[in-house]
Amino acid sequence: MHLFKRFLALLLVAGFFLAGPGAVTAQTVVGVTATEIKIGNTNPYSGPASAYGTIGKAIGAYFKKVNDEGGINGRKINYITYDDAYTPPKTVEMVRRLVEQDQVALLFQTLGTPPNSAIHKYVNQQKVPHLFVATGATKWNDPQHFPWTMGYQPNYQTEGKIYAAYVLKNVPDAKVGILYQNDDYGKDYLKGFEDGLGEAAKKLIVLKQSYEVTDPTIDSQIVNLKNSGANVFFNITIPKFAVQAIKKSHDIGWKPLHLLNNVSSSLGTVLKPAGLDASKGLITALYMKEITDPQWKNDKGFQDWMAWMKKYYPEGALDDQSNAFAYNVAMLMVQVLKQCGNDLSRENIMKQAANVKSFELPLLLPGIKVNTSPTDFAPIEQEQLAKFDGERWVLFGEMYDASKK
Amino acid sequence: MTSPGGVAAKATEQDVASPSRAVPGLGPRYLPRVGLVALLFVAVILPFTLSNFRTFQFTQVLIYGIALLGLNMLTGYNGQISIGHSAFYAIGAYTTAIMIDRWNIGYGWTIPVAGLLCLVVGFLFGRPALRLEGLYLALATLALALSVPQILKYFEHWTGGSQGIVLTKPAAPRGLPLNPDQWMYLLTLCITLLLFVLARNLLAGRVGRALVAIRDNHIAAEAMGIDNALYKSVVFGVSAAYTGIAGALSAVAIAFVAPDSFDAFLSITFLTGIVIGGLATISGAVIGALFIQFVPNWAQDISKAAPWAIFGTFLIVFMYVMPHGIAGFCRLMWIRLTAPPVTRQEPR
Repeated sequence: MHLFKRFLALLLVAGFFLAGPGAVTAQTVVGVTATEIKIGNTNPYSGPASAYGTIGKAIGAYFKKVNDEGGINGRKINYITYDDAYTPPKTVEMVRRLVEQDQVALLFQTLGTPPNSAIHKYVNQQKVPHLFVATGATKWNDPQHFPWTMGYQPNYQTEGKIYAAYVLKNVPDAKVGILYQNDDYGKDYLKGFEDGLGEAAKKLIVLKQSYEVTDPTIDSQIVNLKNSGANVFFNITIPKFAVQAIKKSHDIGWKPLHLLNNVSSSLGTVLKPAGLDASKGLITALYMKEITDPQWKNDKGFQDWMAWMKKYYPEGALDDQSNAFAYNVAMLMVQVLKQCGNDLSRENIMKQAANVKSFELPLLLPGIKVNTSPTDFAPIEQEQLAKFDGERWVLFGEMYDASKK
Repeated sequence: MTSPGGVAAKATEQDVASPSRAVPGLGPRYLPRVGLVALLFVAVILPFTLSNFRTFQFTQVLIYGIALLGLNMLTGYNGQISIGHSAFYAIGAYTTAIMIDRWNIGYGWTIPVAGLLCLVVGFLFGRPALRLEGLYLALATLALALSVPQILKYFEHWTGGSQGIVLTKPAAPRGLPLNPDQWMYLLTLCITLLLFVLARNLLAGRVGRALVAIRDNHIAAEAMGIDNALYKSVVFGVSAAYTGIAGALSAVAIAFVAPDSFDAFLSITFLTGIVIGGLATISGAVIGALFIQFVPNWAQDISKAAPWAIFGTFLIVFMYVMPHGIAGFCRLMWIRLTAPPVTRQEPR
């Protein structure tokens, strides 16, 4: 008996040494085992912003596809997503649950500017990768102060600058009227636009009108803008109000150069409801393929997306750009994990997230590439202007690259 | 709305005011006190046995408890329905956040200031609200809940607009071997206890009886010499102060405030909490707080697709099984178990 025990102990020790290196390092890393990697997320599945909840679901559907195909380096993704109802206190609670209780390896695509602001400090103190947050605010690209947080989409200020550059170059006697949503999203666009105009801003902008997201209509603002004599209309509105603005300005016979923010550039949910005729001549800046635009019908990226939607997310809407957004960003996440190889320590995940080089995503516009570096935490910085010809968005001009300005 | 509270309040009166009805002997009379001490003991050792995340969740329970107690004074005891308490919660939170962020004042000082400010605002709001009864008052308070987030965005210079204000979570005072979560929990526990004792002293005596009298029949109350207007606006103020203190504590615990944190749905959540916990009961505030903190999370764990449908089912079941709230239900059970046999005799 005694001998047997000793033998057993010896066997155990030997076993540890043999299986040691791989198994032990994998254990010291949080949220990663030999067969699984845990990824945490919060999304608004209820509450005022619940329309965005489809992003969280679509990401899960994409990870399911990855798992069905064998996972990443043999590890399946265990995707844990909680509802925060877009309220910051709930986000804090849910993110703490993910980090401290579920012990996720990283946080991915937590959605909304206020929710992410609430956890910004916390995740950086805890040194948890906080990757590709779903918000267009500018502050996520700050590797010096927040080395664990990284943005994803082009920010609103950059886009505002693109329109400003266009106006300065192409409209000699511009009188600009602006309609914007009275919150951080609207003001970020406004700031980018005004910064882009520079000295000329005071002279060129003749009227600024705002609305609250809870307002029923914006008709009176449009009438005011027309009466101001503006010949350029910068329209910073979410889809619901963009439809109203396009319709109303058409109905009252106001025909300015109409700059529509990217947020509302969807053909299916904005331009069609507003009327394709009324939408003719609209200009916007794009970085993604509009999935409702007929020009992409035979595009490989679009067709793959469609096939994936039908197989893995059949309950998702095929005209909702958010589902394309989720598909792209989940793919980028997978790329970062692939780059990590077998070292899935939080440090290496962050290092690889900051080391994406000229990576192409299937639903980005041709020519747009994802690039990050230890000093550049803004993955997508290119956009191109497009004009609506009554049927599709026609890209024109050169690709604008914010990282080179 | 008033009838369930009425029954529960009567039960309180019986418990407190007529000891002669209690069974002779130590057991039943002292059991509640023993229970209270045990509960307190559990509450104190909680942060040392649970993870930091759980401690943080229980801190939120205590904070909700204070807010619910405030609302229960107004709605449960006095019968004034408010769907506007998220506004006072927001005012309390922003008072603290602005004082810490802009003026570098220690968070400890900001909490009583937040309470006082809400006391004044609540009192002033309560004055014109005197003319409004029942549903009309509910509508007026709803307006308050809807407008405050927008007003907060308007004074961007102070409030940071919709970006909100980011704070730093306070560490325990030097010398105390506690982590920030444990410290925040114990601090909140002390404030909660203080406020609960104050509320109990207020509600178990003359003032409490006057409030209930106004709720049940304000003309009769007036005839007995109760100054309806004064009581109603003072209770509005005190109720707002409690909720404001809760808001202030939440700002410190969450370390972030933004208008999105304080939408009208929060008010509805508070109202749900007091009804489920038990209208016109003090213990109901804690039970209700546990409910609104944990049940939505459980609902989410049960079904990702329709968590609010599950939550709604919970609500309906609770209201059906325990129409007087959980506290009211427990009290009725208690009375039934300890009632002297006399009451069970057949009528002669």
